[in-house]
Amino acid sequence: MTFPNPPDIREATAARQGSDPAISPAASSVVVEARKLSLVYPTADKPVTALSEVDLTIARGDFVSLIGPSGCGKTTLLRVIADLERPTSGHVAIEGMTPEQARLKRLYGYVFQAPALYPWRTVERNVMLPLEIMGLPKAERQKRAREQLERVGLSGFERKFPWQLSGGMQQRVSIARALALQPDLLLMDEPFGALDEITRDHLNLHLTQLWRATGKTCVFVTHSIAEAVFLSTRIVVMSPRPGRILDVIDCDSLPRERTLDIRESPEFAAIAHRVREGLKEGHSYDD
Amino acid sequence: MSEAMTNPYRTSLRSAADWGLVAVALPALAALALPLGSQDGAPVGWFGGTMAPLFLIGVVLAVIAGRSAPKRVWGAWAELAGVTLAWLLPFHLLEEGMDLSAGWGLWLFLVAATLLLWRVMGVLAGVPGWTRSVIVPGLFGLGLLVGWEVLVRGFQVPAILLPPPSRIAAALGANAPVLWDDFRQTVLTSVLRGYVMGCGAGFLVAILADRVPFLARGLLPLGNLASAIPVVGIAPIMVMWFGFDWQSKAAVIVVMTFFPMLINTLAGLGNSERIQLDLMRSYGAGYGRTLVKLRLPSALPFLFNGLKINSTLALIGAIVAEFFGTPVVGMGFRISTEVARMNLDIVWATIAVAALTGSGLYGALALLERLTTAWHPSMRRR
Repeated sequence: MTFPNPPDIREATAARQGSDPAISPAASSVVVEARKLSLVYPTADKPVTALSEVDLTIARGDFVSLIGPSGCGKTTLLRVIADLERPTSGHVAIEGMTPEQARLKRLYGYVFQAPALYPWRTVERNVMLPLEIMGLPKAERQKRAREQLERVGLSGFERKFPWQLSGGMQQRVSIARALALQPDLLLMDEPFGALDEITRDHLNLHLTQLWRATGKTCVFVTHSIAEAVFLSTRIVVMSPRPGRILDVIDCDSLPRERTLDIRESPEFAAIAHRVREGLKEGHSYDD
Repeated sequence: MSEAMTNPYRTSLRSAADWGLVAVALPALAALALPLGSQDGAPVGWFGGTMAPLFLIGVVLAVIAGRSAPKRVWGAWAELAGVTLAWLLPFHLLEEGMDLSAGWGLWLFLVAATLLLWRVMGVLAGVPGWTRSVIVPGLFGLGLLVGWEVLVRGFQVPAILLPPPSRIAAALGANAPVLWDDFRQTVLTSVLRGYVMGCGAGFLVAILADRVPFLARGLLPLGNLASAIPVVGIAPIMVMWFGFDWQSKAAVIVVMTFFPMLINTLAGLGNSERIQLDLMRSYGAGYGRTLVKLRLPSALPFLFNGLKINSTLALIGAIVAEFFGTPVVGMGFRISTEVARMNLDIVWATIAVAALTGSGLYGALALLERLTTAWHPSMRRR
């Protein structure tokens, strides 16, 4: 990581860690760092503030969920981290780099709301797409694609076309495609939002196992409280107009290894309650 | 009906009555009372000395065989033999030198035969594979040709108005070397070159215009203008500019094909979804990679649309342009000179060549499209 930090982020990091920011081992435990992040869309009648003064630190190995009602800027925040959107003011750093540098170095894998598979490519060639762009040799591309498809439980579907697969399977292909890049950071924007609840539970279980097995840092946008609590180590509650962070909840009371039955536990209920209270607060502000 | 198909013995009264066949039999029975045609001014009936009764017996036997066949499809083939025999009857009568124009019995009989053919086609269209995809359309086309032949000859339509297909085929055969030269000049030289240049230029300019927005804004209104230019207006000008040979024809084709290709390519390039473009961006893919890996593949259905439209436009353009000056060869030249000499057979033969060429080009493109865009929803599982 040879890119210099923007000065104020270095300050912020230094202030938080109280040590030399440049190469301290602690500094590398921060994957995403956002300071006073604001984004204003110009629209026809009046500008819309999608993000207002957002501060957020995401540590390595964390599973962070961004939750909030529609229009709260959770997707926008994720897109700013991915450099799909430019903030109006404030700073973001990914592994100490600007989002653009991080994107060009392909430091993150992004899973979109829709699978966004290319219909003219087979499942396997869809997973190989980012690897083609990276310029990997064919044998390596194929090896990695096979590995990741196996990881999401889709071995044997390599030669199928996306439209021959169910919605849940398509979204698993898109997760495999993001994983094929072997990024340390996985950004997921309501990946299971369009799926039925049974498929969703199944994929959540799958995702949490995947996360524990790979040790990746995940940022997960959702509007489902149960999903957020089930998956996360930390939950960021956001509210709309203007998009801002209301509460950051640590889920330390839940074990790191999650099974579907932890959803019945009192700890789970307590966290879910706090998330719900936070969301309610955001709404009263809105009305 | 369904019981008739599953129960080979067909004992029930309801299924025993084949109402479709009754509808065929009624006009056929009525036809028996009417004359087949006239010889030397005197009407000739069914039993007036021709071999018509033999045809009639053959058709009846075929229909009976069709009804009693153990399988519906076999029955259809037997009935098809009956239809063929019925449509051969007018040819036999013409051989005998009869005038068919007042032979209402014959025409009614042929109407019945056509109804029977309808029945047969209904059955064959339900058989998957080659039968449905090749034989049914082939029979349809053949039926039209035979109908054309019989009607034109039976009612003695002057060949100058409409020759029978057999005469057009004969003209095709007799003038094959001339027609081949015309084909080479018009299609292989002018059309192919003009088509490649027009479509290629439209495609390349579209890619440029996609990058440079003011080009798209400026060119698209011009495209509307250009599509309104009549080819008969532009062709003589191009002949003046580029001379009599293929260059002027290619120029007309370029004018006609450039904008359809431009507009279709631009539409195709705009067809990529936001989310797919974001995906490429998240991979750090630049303009070129995004174009090759995403935007051009997703534009393919649009590109083929433009190519298919242009394949017919190019042929029309070349033929019309040849009316305004050409070396003494070419399909447009042939049509214009042979019309003047009242040699309509050759004109029709040239039209046949043009029609076959046009559908051949279109068919080849459609096949290529099916091979390359099999993933597209409009092509799936077909």
